Amino acid sequence: MTGESMMLPDRKPVLAGWAAVFRVVEGLWTWYSRNWRATVVSSVLQPLLMLVAFGIGFGSLIATSTRAAQATGGVPYLVYLAPALLAVSAVQTAAFESSYPILSSFKWRRTYEGITATPITPGQLAVGQLTWIALRLIMSGGAYLLVIMLFGVVRGPGVLAAWGFAVLCGMAFSAPLVAFSAAQEQEGGAFTAIFRFVVLPMTLFSGTFFPISQLPRVVQPLAWISPLWHGTELARGAVLGTLQPVAAASHLGYLVVLLMVGVQLTRWQFGVRLTR
Amino acid sequence: MSDSLVQARGLRKRFGEFEAVRGIDIDVRAGEVFGFLGPNGAGKSSTMRMIACVSPRSDGELQVLGMDPDVDGPQIRARLGVVPQQDNLDVELSVRDNLHVYGRYFGMSRAAVRVKATELLDFVQLTDRADDPVEQLSGGMKRRLTIARSLVNDPELMLLDEPTTGLDPQARHLLWDRLFRLKQHGATLIITTHYMDEAEQLCDRLVVMDGGLIVAEGSPQELITRYSTREVLELRFPPGAEASWPETLRDLADRVEQLPDRLLLYAADGEAVLAAAHRRGVQPTSTLVRRSTLEDVFLRLTGRSLVH
Amino acid sequence: MSALRELSREFDARRAGLLVRVLPPGLYAGRARMLVMRSALASRSVWLAIVSGFFEPLFYLIAMGQGLGSLVGTVSGPSGQQLSYAAFIAPGLLATSAMNGAIYDSTFSFFIKLKYAKLYDAMLATPLGPVDIALGEIGWALLRGGMYSAGFLGVMLTIGLISSPWALLALPAALFVASAFASIGIAATSFMRSWQDFDLVQLAVVPMFLFSATFFPLSVYPSAVQWLVQAFPLYHAVSLIRSLTTGVAGWSALGHVTYFVVMATVGFMVASRRLTTLLLR
Ligand SMILES: Nc1ncnc2c1ncn2[C@@H]1O[C@H](COP(=O)(O)OP(=O)(O)OP(=O)(O)O)[C@@H](O)[C@H]1O
Ligand SMILES: [Mg+2]
Repeated sequence: MTGESMMLPDRKPVLAGWAAVFRVVEGLWTWYSRNWRATVVSSVLQPLLMLVAFGIGFGSLIATSTRAAQATGGVPYLVYLAPALLAVSAVQTAAFESSYPILSSFKWRRTYEGITATPITPGQLAVGQLTWIALRLIMSGGAYLLVIMLFGVVRGPGVLAAWGFAVLCGMAFSAPLVAFSAAQEQEGGAFTAIFRFVVLPMTLFSGTFFPISQLPRVVQPLAWISPLWHGTELARGAVLGTLQPVAAASHLGYLVVLLMVGVQLTRWQFGVRLTR
Repeated sequence: MSDSLVQARGLRKRFGEFEAVRGIDIDVRAGEVFGFLGPNGAGKSSTMRMIACVSPRSDGELQVLGMDPDVDGPQIRARLGVVPQQDNLDVELSVRDNLHVYGRYFGMSRAAVRVKATELLDFVQLTDRADDPVEQLSGGMKRRLTIARSLVNDPELMLLDEPTTGLDPQARHLLWDRLFRLKQHGATLIITTHYMDEAEQLCDRLVVMDGGLIVAEGSPQELITRYSTREVLELRFPPGAEASWPETLRDLADRVEQLPDRLLLYAADGEAVLAAAHRRGVQPTSTLVRRSTLEDVFLRLTGRSLVH
Repeated sequence: MSALRELSREFDARRAGLLVRVLPPGLYAGRARMLVMRSALASRSVWLAIVSGFFEPLFYLIAMGQGLGSLVGTVSGPSGQQLSYAAFIAPGLLATSAMNGAIYDSTFSFFIKLKYAKLYDAMLATPLGPVDIALGEIGWALLRGGMYSAGFLGVMLTIGLISSPWALLALPAALFVASAFASIGIAATSFMRSWQDFDLVQLAVVPMFLFSATFFPLSVYPSAVQWLVQAFPLYHAVSLIRSLTTGVAGWSALGHVTYFVVMATVGFMVASRRLTTLLLR
C-alpha cells in the first residue's frame, strides 16, 4: 500500500443515515426469519385467547348487567375488549422485545459490539433496533387484527387507525424501556420487577377490561401516566367511532412525546455503553 | 501526513479514576505486521479498541488511516477488520448467516456478500459447517469464523486481539499462513498475543506494554539483541533447593533470572557458564543451553509481574 | 436463613431414607438440601424479583375483583351459593400463582442453569447425583411457592374472602399443586433443545390460565369445551382450592388430589431419568 491510496480516505462507500438503519433492521430480520416461531404464541395467540376467554366468558357473566352496559357504552363486551387487547398485546410484545434481547445483545451475545465495529454508529444501531421493534409490533398487530376481522368482531376503516395507534403506544413504552435495558449491567431481577410492577399493573389498570372510572378515584391518575391507557382510549375510540378530536390529540401528543424522549435516551445510552 | 497507517502520540485511556493506557506513542507502517505484547492488564486491548474507533481516547493524538477516529469513525471502521479478544458472533445464526449479516453492515451488496462468504468459509476451512448454528461449533472453530468475519470487507488494516487463543496447533499454523498471505496482499496487521513464538514468527515490529506504558520497541531480533544475551542456560533444582544459588552464580552470567521452578543464566556462551557452575559445585537436576528468545525479553521486561 | 436451612433439611431427611435404598448408587446422595441452600443464596441478589412474585396475584385480585367485580355482582360458587366476584376468583388466583411460580422455576431458570450456567455439571463433579438435583430444584420451587401462597392466603383472610376453616388446608393444597407442576416442568424442560421450545410452555400455560374456571364458572362454556377444561391440571387445582376456601370440600377433593399425586409421580420419575441421561453421559 502506498501513501497515495490514503489520499482517498473514502475509497469504500460508507453507509449514511437511513441506509445504516436499514442494514441493522435487515440483520435483525435475518435473525427473526430463523427464529420467528417462538414469538407467535406470545404475540398473536395470547391476545386472541384472552379475547376469547374474557370476551366470551366475562361477556356472558355481565350480559344482563345494566351497570356493565353503562360502563361499556352499550356495545357488546367482546367488541369493547377487542381493540383494547390490540394495544395490550402491542405493549406486552414491546416490553419483551425491549428487555432481555437488548441486554443480551450487549452482554451475553455481544452482537452490538460486533455491529459497532463496522461503519454503523451506536446511534444508528439504536434507531435500527427500535425500528425493528416497531416492525414486530406492526406484524403481530396485523395478524391479530386479521383474525378478529375474519370472525367479524370488528370492521371498518377505524381498525386501520387503531392498528397505528397500538403500534405507537407500544413504541412509546418500548423506547424508554430499551434505554433502561441498555443501562443494565447485571440482570439482577430488574426485568422481573419491571414486568411485575410496571407491565402487569399497566395491563390491568389501564382501562383494558373495564373503564378506569370503576377504579377508586385516588388511583385513577395513575392510569393517566400509563401509555397503555392513552393507547387503549385511541384504539377503542377509533374502532367504535367515539374519538373526540381534542381528547385524541392529547392522547397522541402524550404518546409522541414519550416516544421522542425514549428515542433520544436510547441513542444516548447506546452511545455511552458502546464507546467506553 | 506521515506514511503511518496508525499514528499515536501521548495516547491515553482512562476508565474513571483508573488509567489503563498512560501515554504511548506508536507508528504502524503500511504493509507491516505490528505486535503488542504485555502481561494481563497491560492495556493492549484498550489500545486496540481505541484504534478500532469503538473507544474514544481520553487524551493524546491518534490517527488511523490518516483520519481522526473521533471525527471519521465510520469511514475508518469501513476499512478495518477486527477480531476482538472475546468472540461476539451471533450464536443463534448459522455460520454462513453470520458472514452475510456482517458483510451487509459494511454496505456490501447481497450478491457480493454471498460470493465473499463462500470464499472466506473456504479460507478458514469451515465450508462443511456452513449451515450449522454457531452455537454448535467448537471454541477454535468460532475463533476461525470470527477471523473470517473480520475479512468480509477486504480490510486494509486488521486488528487481531489474541487471534489464536484457544486454537489447536494445526489451526494456529493455518491461521499464521493465512495472515502471512494477507500481508503479502498488502494488508497491514496489528496483533496482540501471549505466544512469544507467534510474535517472533509473525511480527515485523512489536512493542512490549506493561502497566499502560510501552517499555520496549523494535523488531523481534532487535529486542533479543538489546535485552537479552545470545544464549541462555536453564538450571532446574529440586523444589526448595534453588534459593541459595543465585548469589553463588551471579558473576558467571550477564544476568540471572529466578523463576519459580528454575534459574535462567543469560550469557553469550551457555556451555562455558555451565562448566563454570559445575566447578563451583552446583548440582542441578537438569540443565539446558538454548538460544535467547522473545520470551526471555518478555520476562526481563515484565518479569516481576509474572513471578507473582 | 437458619429457618430455611431447617426446612430444607427436614425436606431431605424425609425422602433420603427410602430413596437411598431404592435408587442405584451414584444417582442420589441424599443431599438435595444443598441445592435448596444454593438457590436461597443465589436468590439474595434477586430478592426484588422474588418478592415481586407475591404481588402478581394481588394485582389481579384488585383489578379483577374490584374493577370487573363491580360490573358482575355475584357468581355461583361450587355448591351453588352466591359469592362476590372477588371471593370467586381469589382461590383461582392462588392456584394460578402456585402453578406460575413452579413453572417459572422449573422451566426457564432450570433451563438456564442446565444449558448455560452449566451449574449441574459442576455439581455432578461432587457426590451429588441427578436425583439430588431434581429433588432440590423441586424443593426450592415449593419453598418459594409456599411463601407466596401463605402471603396470598393472608391477604384473602384480611379482606374477608375466606369463609371457612377448611381454608387452612389451602396452603398444603397449593404446595401440592406446585410440586406437581414443578416436577412436570423439570421433566418437560429436560427435553428442550433451545429457547425456541419455550413457546410450547407458553402454549400450555396461557390457555390453562385463561380457561380453567379461574375467572368464570365452567358453565359459561359449551359442553365440549367444558370437557376439555376438566382435563387441565389447573382446573383441578382451582376447584380444589376453591372448595377449601369456600368451605364445601367434599369427596370430589380427593379426586383432585389423586390427579396431582399421579402427575407429581410421573413428572418426578421422568425428570430423574432424563437428568440421568442428560448429565451422566
Ligand atoms: N471497560 C472498562 N472499565 C474499567 N476498566 C477497564 C475496562 N476495560 C479495561 N479495563 C482495565 O484496564 C486495564 C487494561 O485492560 P486491557 O483489557 O486493555 O488489558 P490487556 O492488556 O488486553 O490484558 P489481557 O492480556 O488480559 O487481555 C485492566 O486493568 C482492566 O481492568
Ligand atoms: Mg486483552
